[in-house]
Amino acid sequence: MNEVNFLLWVRGIGFDIALAIFVFGIMLRFMEILWLGRKPELAAVRGNGVASGMRTVFSRFLPADSNTLKRSLFMVVAGYGFHIGLFVVIFLFAPHAELIESVTGLSWPTLPSPIVDFFTVLTMLALMALLWRRLTHPVLRFLSTGEDYLMLLLTFLPVLTGYMAFHHLFLSYGWMLGLHILSVELLLIVIPFTKLIHMFTLFMARWYSGFMAGQKGVQS
Amino acid sequence: MSAATLKRGLQALREEIDAPVASFFSSCMHCGLCAEACLFYTETGNPEYTPIHKLEPMRRLWQQEFTLLGRLQSLLGLSKPVTDAELEAWQPLVYDSCSLCGRCSMVCPVGNDVAYMIRKMREGMSASGNAPEGIMGATTRAVKIGSPMGVRFPAVQAQARHVKNDTGIDIPVDVEGAEYLMLMSSMEIINFPEYMESVARIFKQAGKTWTISSTAFEATNSGIQLGNSDIAKELVQRVVDAAEKLKVKTVISPECGHAYTAIRWEGPNLIGKPFSFEVKHIVEVLDEFRTAGLLKTEGLEEARLTFHDPCQLVRRGGVIEPPRNLLKMVSQNFVEMEDNGKMNWCCGAGGGVSANEDAAELRLTAFKRKKVQLESLHVDTLVTACANCRMQLEEGLEVNQMDMPVVGLTEMLAEHLVETPDDEASDDKIKIPAGD
Ligand code: SF4
Ligand code: SF4
Ligand code: SF4
Repeated sequence: MNEVNFLLWVRGIGFDIALAIFVFGIMLRFMEILWLGRKPELAAVRGNGVASGMRTVFSRFLPADSNTLKRSLFMVVAGYGFHIGLFVVIFLFAPHAELIESVTGLSWPTLPSPIVDFFTVLTMLALMALLWRRLTHPVLRFLSTGEDYLMLLLTFLPVLTGYMAFHHLFLSYGWMLGLHILSVELLLIVIPFTKLIHMFTLFMARWYSGFMAGQKGVQS
Repeated sequence: MSAATLKRGLQALREEIDAPVASFFSSCMHCGLCAEACLFYTETGNPEYTPIHKLEPMRRLWQQEFTLLGRLQSLLGLSKPVTDAELEAWQPLVYDSCSLCGRCSMVCPVGNDVAYMIRKMREGMSASGNAPEGIMGATTRAVKIGSPMGVRFPAVQAQARHVKNDTGIDIPVDVEGAEYLMLMSSMEIINFPEYMESVARIFKQAGKTWTISSTAFEATNSGIQLGNSDIAKELVQRVVDAAEKLKVKTVISPECGHAYTAIRWEGPNLIGKPFSFEVKHIVEVLDEFRTAGLLKTEGLEEARLTFHDPCQLVRRGGVIEPPRNLLKMVSQNFVEMEDNGKMNWCCGAGGGVSANEDAAELRLTAFKRKKVQLESLHVDTLVTACANCRMQLEEGLEVNQMDMPVVGLTEMLAEHLVETPDDEASDDKIKIPAGD
């Protein structure tokens, strides 16, 4: 396979397969969760839970309390750095936005490349910091499984290859871009079947927590 | 309890897995934040006490049976089934090192209610025979004798006689048509007799009718701490039967955080239908009296004091302001701990930990958190509204050579009660039906 064919494949059929698995997988995971249902609350509730559920969906983007924040500062800073960096890189890089527009028709303003470049480096540094923390902090080292490390790697690859393609490092631009797209496709395929699904299910988790708390008139 | 087997344990776990649980397990990223919120981890540094780790067998069961990928893995023989030995190894994690305080649930960035799941996990543990002796013993006593500490009704009557001797107030028993049914915890009956006297005096002043029941005086529910819904249901049913027979409007949970969530929130769900009466914690009722002008106090405590939030009352029960309103009514030097209200630190003895001898040492280690909180405040008195917390606080303070009285809030209020000059007149108001 030469450079052109490779690029054509990852942009064509490869992308379609990955996207199909991604969409199907997410729907499957949502069904798996939702069909389990929930028993109705029979206690006399203090509220209907909806407002609290909505609030919790958003409030958990912020640290809960200063004590826990102090105790977990490294994870919180690295975690924010990574998530914000990744968000900027994915959605505010002009070529990405163009791709999304071509698929969905939705468009929004983007950032100049040097700024996105900065966020790319930030994202990679944050991911490395998270890896280091996982390897050294007693709780994280204890909790971490192969999957946790694999997730870090699979998230790192698209960022790294994107960076290298943009800067024409190592391989020709075409090959590198192809690898970049391939690594994204790999990520799309694994998201639904690994804990990366948290990017979607966390909204359900927060909703349920907040909703149940709201019914009890409990702060969440 | 029918014979406990792994099969029954796993079945119990399957029944506990609902959509919230599946969404929680799906979302956990092993970030470790919940550990930082759990006093059993912070005070020991033992990573095994990370809240989400306490659920690992349940998570595996969910993954293997409730996700497509997990089922495929199982078909191919790629997954490791949950074993009895594993559940046994988890006993210290699910019981000894968890007071179900729910602090972990407050900090999880993806929003997992970890404590909700640990409560569920206990159903599987007890059905598979992996619950601690201490909690099983308490539960057996609750079923057979009527209270987890083996207190029988005559002990309650004896206390009622003391109150009568000291105050001249009759403790109403089995009075049909009373407005309130007063429950007690055995901890109070044995260790804090002041409680009964205090409520008797406060209710007399407020002119409210109340009663205790000879068939359902115990408020705590060991079945919940153990994780056996069948037993928990039976214990709730006793209270429901008594409340319905006596036609009360409100059942009052005593100064016990756990008893409150047990009957207030789990109760109707356990028996499978809404209650025909209301359930309130004593502190909620007293705060209502206060608002209605029925609680008249005089004088203010001068001691610098703070309030220990019972987690089940405050964080899990949603009663945050009432105890504070009441405290401010009778004190002028009330200060808050650094983490208070919904973020309070547990005393270390809730959720069955105090009934579990295996956890005796760990629970005092966990108390170090409260010790640090108290030391930084320089208070003279500690007030709380949970007899179980109070026992643990007293023991913890003593072990740490900290000299500080621990007072129940109801009792403190009663001490400041404006004595009604005309006792006869107020006796009429109580309208205890003849024949009592
Ligand atoms: S805080 Fe939440 S996401 Fe983090 S390890 Fe605990 S349960 Fe998992
Ligand atoms: S409920 Fe409390 S004791 Fe139990 S794991 Fe969570 S923080 Fe720890
Ligand atoms: S004993 Fe008190 S502090 Fe401890 S869990 Fe129960 S209510 Fe919370």
